[in-house]
Amino acid sequence: MYVAVLTFVGFGVGTIFGYLRDFMRAWGLEKRNVAQEREQQKDFVPLYQDFENFYTRNLYMRIRDNWNRPICSVPGPQFDLMERVTDDYNWTFRFTGRTIKNVINMGSYNYLGFAETDPNALKTVTKELQKYGTGICSTRQEMGTLDKHVELENLVAKFLGVEDAMVFGMGFATNSMNIPALVGKANMKQYYPFDGDGMNSLHDIHSRFLPKNLIGDMQSLEKLLRDAIIYGQPRSHRAWKKIIILVEGIYSMEGSIVQLPEIVSLKKKYKAYLYLDEAHSIGAVGATGRGVVEYFGMNPDDVDVLMGTFTKSFGAAGGYIAGKKGLVDFLRAHSHSAVYATSMCPPVAEQIIRAMKCLMGLDGTTQGKTPSLAWLQRVRQLGKNTRYFRRRLHEMGFIIYGNDDSPVVPLLLYMPGKIGAFARRMLEKNIGVVVVGFPATPITESRARFCVSAAHTREMLDTVLNALDELGDFLHLKYSRYSKSSHPELYEETLFEFED
Amino acid sequence: MAAAASVGQQWVLVEMVQAFYEAPAYHLILEGILILWIIRLIFSKTYKLQERSDLTPKEKEELIEEWQPEPLVPPVSKDHPALNYNIVSGPPTHKIIVNGKECINFASFNFLGLLDNEKVKSAAQASLKKYGVGTCGPRGFYGTFDVHLELEDRLAKFMRTEEAIIYSYGFATIASAIPAYSKRGDIVFVDEAACFAIQKGLQASRSNIKLFKHNDMTDLERLLKEQETEDQKNPRKARVTRRFIVVEGLYMNTGDICPLPELIDDIDLISANMENSLASIGGFCCGRSFIIDHQRLSGQGYCFSASLPPLLAAAAIEALNIMEDNPDIFHTLRAKCERIHRALQGISGLNVVGESFSPALHLRLEDSYGSRENDVKLLKKIVDYCINRGIALTQARYLDKEEKYLPSPSIRVVVTVEQTEEELDRAASLIKEAAQSVLN
Repeated sequence: MYVAVLTFVGFGVGTIFGYLRDFMRAWGLEKRNVAQEREQQKDFVPLYQDFENFYTRNLYMRIRDNWNRPICSVPGPQFDLMERVTDDYNWTFRFTGRTIKNVINMGSYNYLGFAETDPNALKTVTKELQKYGTGICSTRQEMGTLDKHVELENLVAKFLGVEDAMVFGMGFATNSMNIPALVGKANMKQYYPFDGDGMNSLHDIHSRFLPKNLIGDMQSLEKLLRDAIIYGQPRSHRAWKKIIILVEGIYSMEGSIVQLPEIVSLKKKYKAYLYLDEAHSIGAVGATGRGVVEYFGMNPDDVDVLMGTFTKSFGAAGGYIAGKKGLVDFLRAHSHSAVYATSMCPPVAEQIIRAMKCLMGLDGTTQGKTPSLAWLQRVRQLGKNTRYFRRRLHEMGFIIYGNDDSPVVPLLLYMPGKIGAFARRMLEKNIGVVVVGFPATPITESRARFCVSAAHTREMLDTVLNALDELGDFLHLKYSRYSKSSHPELYEETLFEFED
Repeated sequence: MAAAASVGQQWVLVEMVQAFYEAPAYHLILEGILILWIIRLIFSKTYKLQERSDLTPKEKEELIEEWQPEPLVPPVSKDHPALNYNIVSGPPTHKIIVNGKECINFASFNFLGLLDNEKVKSAAQASLKKYGVGTCGPRGFYGTFDVHLELEDRLAKFMRTEEAIIYSYGFATIASAIPAYSKRGDIVFVDEAACFAIQKGLQASRSNIKLFKHNDMTDLERLLKEQETEDQKNPRKARVTRRFIVVEGLYMNTGDICPLPELIDDIDLISANMENSLASIGGFCCGRSFIIDHQRLSGQGYCFSASLPPLLAAAAIEALNIMEDNPDIFHTLRAKCERIHRALQGISGLNVVGESFSPALHLRLEDSYGSRENDVKLLKKIVDYCINRGIALTQARYLDKEEKYLPSPSIRVVVTVEQTEEELDRAASLIKEAAQSVLN
């Protein structure tokens, strides 16, 4: 309770200082550091509303150095950061030219560790790059469908266990360009709480958001569905043509896994369609990395539209939509992306192909163990790392959100002042973390988000955990009221080691 | 003691009554009304707004049982042109293998021929060795690489502006840039023939859109004057409504250029696509820092999407190098465009649409043959005729139902720097032949 109060106090103080600074700037007492309107355009209506930018100017600017940190190496389990300093309190940055080497990477979405530069692993990608070049210069429907795309689509369909799939050049665009193709004016969508990307292009479509604190609340979803069917469209009361439920596999800000079995049973009962966005969960959950459908042991046919991206677990770029052949044919003909946007570039497609083959055991690469287990090693390592990391954090007394099996671990910081302090001190200890605040999260729930990777070794995780322990005590981050276990060593041995 | 207490109470009572008499009348009336209101609220029944409870639970169940949704997607006929697309084996370079036949490529937007350039490829290879393939994160969360910063710098210098911002997908560039500035209630004047990406950006911004006739400056002026009179009627609203003009440099749908000098003396924002000439993927916006900086926090496609893979950024940088070192390729390209533009004139049945120096032309049917479907079928026959004889062409594709001003069906002819003069002439004569055999 007191935490919430102090958080608001923190924001309040920041706001007051913000007003003070604005006042001083307006009266010329303080230098204006942000770029200004041109003289000739001073009579135009201002481009940005003053108040819209209040938050950016005054609160965000103070801790801006924690975001957009440039790196200069592969985003693997460790990376090199470019050192940058600011002489004027974050208004501008200057690179010193030095790099901070071997910073442990807890921020990149590198779940299965496919972001690597091992020449052996990248052999096929190098070959394809040499053969195909980097661009396509055409759209899918014109001259842009290469044999590589056909190969990739067949592989994706096989991987997921569905009839057909279609791939797109960009993950964000996959949602923003295909959902409008699937739904029109007289359709309704039920948005299950969504942190996701690409949803902003949905305007004429009647959609209902379920607020974030209702993740897992099946009763509200059921009530919304019933109301939709019974009362029909607002004002005219005509029946809706279709109802689509949009959910994410893993919610990236909460770390929780969707409750697929309940949603599928609801969808069957009320004859709605289900659209599952597995941006974070494909490759990262499930016994063989096939996502939440496998994690819950369900049939992929139950989900009408399976969507996912290749940016996260596969270390490439792009997205896919998979499902029945009729659906994919429709998208080939009517998706905005197929007609107007360039197709995926071949070396990136090859990277996805090799990653998927590795996961499916279709190539002969060994990862150091016997061939039959090798292809699962990454998925298992990720599972082990996730469970270990989460358990230790819990024991230390931090508040973390999310399901125990999800590799996205949000650690609550709450107070705005701690956001900056946490990220900077972790960087001093050579660990790179991601912190998020308002507006990506609710105003009182700023957090640090860790992404566990299969490429992290036990030592790296231990380094991070020790640093967190120290910092947690220093910044008073251990809010959890659960008492710490005094015998951590008892769990470790029995639960994890036997899987080797 | 009790007596003293009761006397004390009496005193308080007297004071209270005195206060009543001394208070001004309006004060008493106000208090009286408030008290009555509170009493009413306490005793009135609360009612739920949602419960239009004229339906019994049994009726509700019946409604749910009976409701049948439409199928998720309508069935697509087997001979929809999109399902019988051309498959390219191997890279889509100058000599392209379409559906198994080897052709000269007149269909991919590879204007400067950089798709196959060795220098570009080796720059990409070097980047691949250093960074791997993907960036595994959006720009804000360790997805910013030094190659991205370098590319933005180079683009800003090349375009002679203060700053540039790159996006990882061409379509998303303009579709995210427009809604970052123009919100509900603002006014955007846009050309009719704007491409689909611009239309989507405008839709996302929820602003008032005023279309002016393609390249018609007098029409634009008329609309602006109309707006001015509106403003004078309502000056308060006018003070907070922002106004934007959106035009395309080289219109993809018509192949001509907007009359820039007549339009404006200085441009605020230039948005471009790296997927064509720069043989990479992605797009960028450039302009003054004041404007571009805003997109870093509010451009949807920038903040919420993974950044451009570094090998593509390195390829784009190398392509920029080549463009800066060899400025004469632009002259060569222009000469070739004019050559083919001349050669394609006078084909009976087909009109050439586009400026003479535009590297992407449209060939439209002179008269329609009934319906759009028939036109499309005829054009497909011409295209197939050409592919079978070694020239790869394609039809320009649109989403028929979604476009605001659907252009007529056409064949796209793309000129690249790699095509020799002999090939250009051969293509022109082949198209003439095809038109004659199909349309007569």
